[in-house]
Amino acid sequence: MADIPESWKVPPPKAWKLSTPEELVKDVDHRPLSLLGLEKGWMRTAPDVEIKPGMHCHAALPKRLETVDMPNPRQWSAMDEDWKLPRNWKEIILEGFKDRLGRFRSFQLFMDICVRCGACADKCHYFIGSADPKNMPVLRAELLRSIYRKYFTTAGKLLGPIAGARELTLDVLREWWYYLYQCTECRRCSVFCPYGIDTAEITMMGRELTNLLGLNIDWIAAPVAFCYRTGNHMGIQPHAYKDMIEFFLDEIENVTGVRMSPTFNRKGAEILFITPSGDVFGDPGTYTCMGYLMLFHELGLDVTWSTYASEGGNFGFFTSNEMMKRLNAKMYAEAKRLGVKWILGGECGHMWRVINQYMGTMNLDIAEGSKLEEPVSPITGTKFENTKSTKMVHITEFTADLIRHNKLKLDPSRNDHLKVTFHDSCNTSRGMGLFEEPRYIIKNVCNHFYDMPAGTIREQTFCCGGGSGLNAGEDMELRMRGGLPRANAVKYVHEKYGVNKLACICAIDRAVLPNLMEYFVPEVDVTGLHEMVANAMILEGEKEKTVDLRGEPLPGREESE
Amino acid sequence: MNAIASLILSGGAISMLVAIPFLAVWVLPHVYGIRLEWLFGIVIPYLAAIIFFVGIIYRVVKWAKCPVPFRIPTTCAQQKSLPWIKYGYAEKLDNPISTAGVVGRMILEVLCFRSLFRSTKMEFGAGGNIKYKSSKWLWLAAIVFHYCFLVIILRHLRFFTDPMPFFVPIIEKVDGFFQFFLPVVYQSGFLIGAALTYLLLRRLLDPKLRYISLPADYFPLFLILTIAGTGILMRYVLKADVVSIKELTMGLVSFRPVVPEGISVLFYIHLFLVSVLFAYFPFSKLMHVAGVFLSPTRNLSNNSRIVRHINPWNPPVKIHTYEAYEDDFREKMIEAGLPVEKEAALPADKE
Ligand code: SF4
Ligand code: SF4
Repeated sequence: MADIPESWKVPPPKAWKLSTPEELVKDVDHRPLSLLGLEKGWMRTAPDVEIKPGMHCHAALPKRLETVDMPNPRQWSAMDEDWKLPRNWKEIILEGFKDRLGRFRSFQLFMDICVRCGACADKCHYFIGSADPKNMPVLRAELLRSIYRKYFTTAGKLLGPIAGARELTLDVLREWWYYLYQCTECRRCSVFCPYGIDTAEITMMGRELTNLLGLNIDWIAAPVAFCYRTGNHMGIQPHAYKDMIEFFLDEIENVTGVRMSPTFNRKGAEILFITPSGDVFGDPGTYTCMGYLMLFHELGLDVTWSTYASEGGNFGFFTSNEMMKRLNAKMYAEAKRLGVKWILGGECGHMWRVINQYMGTMNLDIAEGSKLEEPVSPITGTKFENTKSTKMVHITEFTADLIRHNKLKLDPSRNDHLKVTFHDSCNTSRGMGLFEEPRYIIKNVCNHFYDMPAGTIREQTFCCGGGSGLNAGEDMELRMRGGLPRANAVKYVHEKYGVNKLACICAIDRAVLPNLMEYFVPEVDVTGLHEMVANAMILEGEKEKTVDLRGEPLPGREESE
Repeated sequence: MNAIASLILSGGAISMLVAIPFLAVWVLPHVYGIRLEWLFGIVIPYLAAIIFFVGIIYRVVKWAKCPVPFRIPTTCAQQKSLPWIKYGYAEKLDNPISTAGVVGRMILEVLCFRSLFRSTKMEFGAGGNIKYKSSKWLWLAAIVFHYCFLVIILRHLRFFTDPMPFFVPIIEKVDGFFQFFLPVVYQSGFLIGAALTYLLLRRLLDPKLRYISLPADYFPLFLILTIAGTGILMRYVLKADVVSIKELTMGLVSFRPVVPEGISVLFYIHLFLVSVLFAYFPFSKLMHVAGVFLSPTRNLSNNSRIVRHINPWNPPVKIHTYEAYEDDFREKMIEAGLPVEKEAALPADKE
């Protein structure tokens, strides 16, 4: 199966190895300070702040930034002494800070009203897994707030550290960078904050600022650059995209005996389907992708795929709001060009936060003069009234509606070997509220479903540990630490109910959770939702099925040879 | 700035704030015969009130002028989607799509501290075994503190109105429900002290809290504790001259200020600290009281797929058009049998 393109790979870090799970958690101590309070406060940077290997991502290569005209492209590394910053870096940051304070009420307000009550402190998966006190959401925010106070408030200007203000120095910048790329913008902290302070929002602003200095990470900058030119994060060109899907068709035919014939870039289709390219190019997302193909075929849906809008995800979201808009624009542009009536979106987390909370606001004018109209399911006639404006439906909304109207022939016993639990993705949970649709589908396509304990699911769900562009390889320790709370909850249901499948509706989850499970709960495997749907679906004209999409034997139907 | 430095700084600041009126109102007249009651009884309270109101308005206007480019509510319950998926009261309040829902959510947040009520405590066991326990102490202390503060403010209306509004005696009745002593003991005064002590101890004893706390966190705690303490002293121990005090306070609100004789220095200390609190308020974290109403993660409905939210500064951006994309890949697309808008350039043209 196609893997990450060679051009995207950066050499692995020197002399760093992930320890065993036991060692990893051994020294996690959330009481980092002496009882007497004699320690230095958090405002001190060096030597307390040390950029550790395994806990951060590689720096963006200059060519990525050049492709999308981002400032200050250069070769640098976070471990280097010299970050090769532009000489006026301080002005750039402070100018950028001021500009954003004026443009985002969230930012201005969140700088001003935190009371440091600490309700958010132990809610962050990175703090839980690393016990690094600067990973407490409130402190992450204070790293920026201290600069805000120093340069933008009178008290801070006059009283300095007494007012919680500090000078913007190179060490502070390093510290910013380190901790801004140790936050997955998951918003869990904001659920608990009495004023709704969303550290994710502050991280986004902080990351925008680092971008002004060319301080992005390659795992974000590369997908952005690829997506800009080829339409998808993986940099897959149109013919290869089609090839890949055709390869899936062979696989599906092998398993089911049915040949499907999806279309690409077809004008006049009713529906445009957009999914993260991770589904097309990386296991186990590929099986989910096969699931989509089978679903569309079985329904006879008038749907087209696009090689131009071939990415649902949007790593621009992790870069800046302008970059998010630039990459997202392709969705409406392509919908208009092809003359489709509405857009159907695949399983992805941050993609859906962008669609739900940003897309209409940013780009709806592109859709002016298009044939887009309020989405109606051609199979059930259901009007998706909650998508009246954006005209984009989530595939679990679509499929849940099909199941509700008995439009799918399902045999959940085909998934009887699975004991399933469901991971709510941060973005669809706290930036949308998509909880019941996926659960409804799961309960209809398999017989054994067990939710993880309250406090770890739904709006309180834990991040996979690699969201917001941190799903690289070189920061594996960070990912495992951040993923610990999720893994711990999976382990609980695994031990209690024998759960062996972790279902999710997010392409990043599908890329990140397998490593996490392998590390902490190796008995549990990761699947997309529509892979399970497809495995349970009885296709018109299918042959006697003996294996599922992964080629694994179906329960009770093993080949009798 | 570590915890000890923060404590010394804010403790020192409070001692100074107590010393100022003490020296000015008690020592100066006795030693030098200078009387400054007019300054502490009239000028400073007026100044503080002006700073308070102007400051709050300035801050709120500044926030309100800031645009809200995107609709970013934190969704804490199921969204409104298909008609058969449950979207009841709980969902309407925690993931609102209508104005009514947002208003409900804000009421819960402001009056009941909804989000704080969710609070849990993480316990990190051996082998990375993590538990999350419900933990309502912070919520309880916050509720007790804020409501007692409210009750105390309302009780103080007795000093600023004549006749009193009907609810003041009722509040006093309720607040003095457990009548063991004379004068009636108001629970609010002691409860607020208990709540503040809890909040303070929490900051000092929980290492996480101690790490994040700044002088700006200890200072208001000390200030309010001292205000409550002086109030309690005046009421139960040193028995202030209520009639003269009311003369002064009524003079203030009716803009005919007077400085009656015989008011104890304790009262001036109390009043000075209250003035400091008022003047400090707009420049401090205490502004959360106003800020919570403007918080975009709470006061927006999750309806941006239903109605377009407008960003006032929505920037024009450069995008990679389909035409540019096709130009880039046309040959390969044709070869792969993908439809194209423009046919490939003739081979002859290429040379
Ligand atoms: S919960 Fe909110 S107010 Fe409390 S410390 Fe965290 S961000 Fe600040
Ligand atoms: S958004 Fe998530 S990762 Fe970031 S500080 Fe909050 S809880 Fe931690």
